[in-house]
Order: sequence, then C-alpha cells, then structure tokens
Amino acid sequence: MSLFNVFDIAGSAMTAQSQRLNATASNLANADSAAGPDGKAYRAKQVVFSSVPMAGQAGSGVRVSNVIEDEAPAKQVYNPQHPLANPQGFVAMPNVNVVDEMVNMISASRSYQNNVEMMNTAKTMLLKTLQIGS
Amino acid sequence: MANSLDQTLQFHAEALSLRGLRQQVLASNIANADTPGYKARDIDFTKSLQDAVSGRVSANALTRTVNTHLASPQAATAGGSPLLYRQVVQPSLDGNTVDMDVERAQFAENAVRYEANLMFLNSQLKSLLAAIQG
Repeated sequence: MSLFNVFDIAGSAMTAQSQRLNATASNLANADSAAGPDGKAYRAKQVVFSSVPMAGQAGSGVRVSNVIEDEAPAKQVYNPQHPLANPQGFVAMPNVNVVDEMVNMISASRSYQNNVEMMNTAKTMLLKTLQIGS
Repeated sequence: MANSLDQTLQFHAEALSLRGLRQQVLASNIANADTPGYKARDIDFTKSLQDAVSGRVSANALTRTVNTHLASPQAATAGGSPLLYRQVVQPSLDGNTVDMDVERAQFAENAVRYEANLMFLNSQLKSLLAAIQG
C-alpha cells in the first residue's frame, strides 16, 4: 500500500527539518558566545540534507547526512575591556549570521508545516479508503 | 457476469493504486524540497492507467527472463510506470528542481481525484448491491 509510505517520507522530512531547526536554535542562542568549551568562539552549525531512496519503493525520504561548521571567519569586535580581548583590543565573536539564521528558521518551519499537511492528507485518504462499500 | 463484474471493479482498483503511487512520488518531492541536487519526479498517470488496464508492460520496463539477470533499478519505475523528471520552471542554484507551488497543487489535485475515484467505486458497489437485493 503505497499511501502508507507517505507517512514514512513525510516523517523523515519532519525529522530532518526539526534537526535543521535545532541547529538554527543553537546558532541563534550562541550568537554572542565569545568562548565555547574549547575556549574559542562558537562556530555556526549547518545541516546538510540528502535524499534516501525508500527500500523497494519509488519515493525517497530525507535525512541529515552531515552537520558542518561554518567556515566563515570569526567576527572581530573591538572591545578592549573584554577579558578575552587580544593585545590589539579585538574579541573574536561567533560567525553566526543572525539574518541567515532567521531565514533558515522560517524556511524550516514552513517545510515542516508542509509535511504535516501532507501526512494529514494521506490520513484522510486512507480513512476514506477504509469506508469503501459502507 | 462474474468476469465483467471483476472487470468493472478492476479499473477502479488500478486507478486507486496508481493514484496512491503518484501521491507517494509527490510526497517525496515535497519532502525533498530543501535537498540540494534533488530532481522532482512524477508519473504520466493517463499512460500508466492505460497500460495497467490493458495489462501491457510499460515500454520502458525491462523484462527479466532469467533470475540471475540484473534487476532494473527500482528508482526508474514506480510499480511498472516509468518515473519521469519534471520540467523546470524556476531552477535554483543548488540544483533542486522542486517547485513547491506545482507540487502542492498536484498533491491536492491527486488527493481530490483519489477521493472522486473512491466515490465512483462506492456508487458502483451500491448499484450492484441494489441489483442483487432487488
């Protein structure tokens, strides 16, 4: 029954999108973390999606194949009073682009909603199918 | 009579299973809307239904005469009907060809047609029952 696979496909996409939302939350929360556990500035994390063919089926789901750290250089902020400031008075701040992250957040949330709608449609169709002949 | 009864119902069965299959393909398009490099796919419903009703194997399907032959890749067909690629209207930089407007419209249309099919099947069953019970 291929309609049941819609649940698997939408479910995999929802998992992937929620991981993306997680990464966004972590980036936004740490947008001002000057030092992480390693003593260096936090680096923005981005998820990489890839499609996975469903076993023996035509459709393909989504999974997060990789979580990468943004390679962009850390922002240098001039603040000589900061305890982590270098001799020149600059502090290395996280390379999080808040505007990018907000866009990512909205996009992830919309994609998630799309997948929920998809699941609801498939559920309605299956329920109607169960009522054949009644 | 039994034979023609079977034939009438078989058309609806084929149409319903193809609609379910197409729903699955469209679901994977929507699920992979954010996957870089993913190509949107679809099936030619009219042609697939004609093939299914007439019992013809689709022209693109490979027939295996010996079990040791390599199986044709699952991704190329969906239940015997060839999976086609969608024409790109607005290509995106990451190579993804999913157009959310098109996919959502097709998804909704397919769901409505599935339910229409169920209604036809139901009314046919009702008239058959009326004929039997008098």
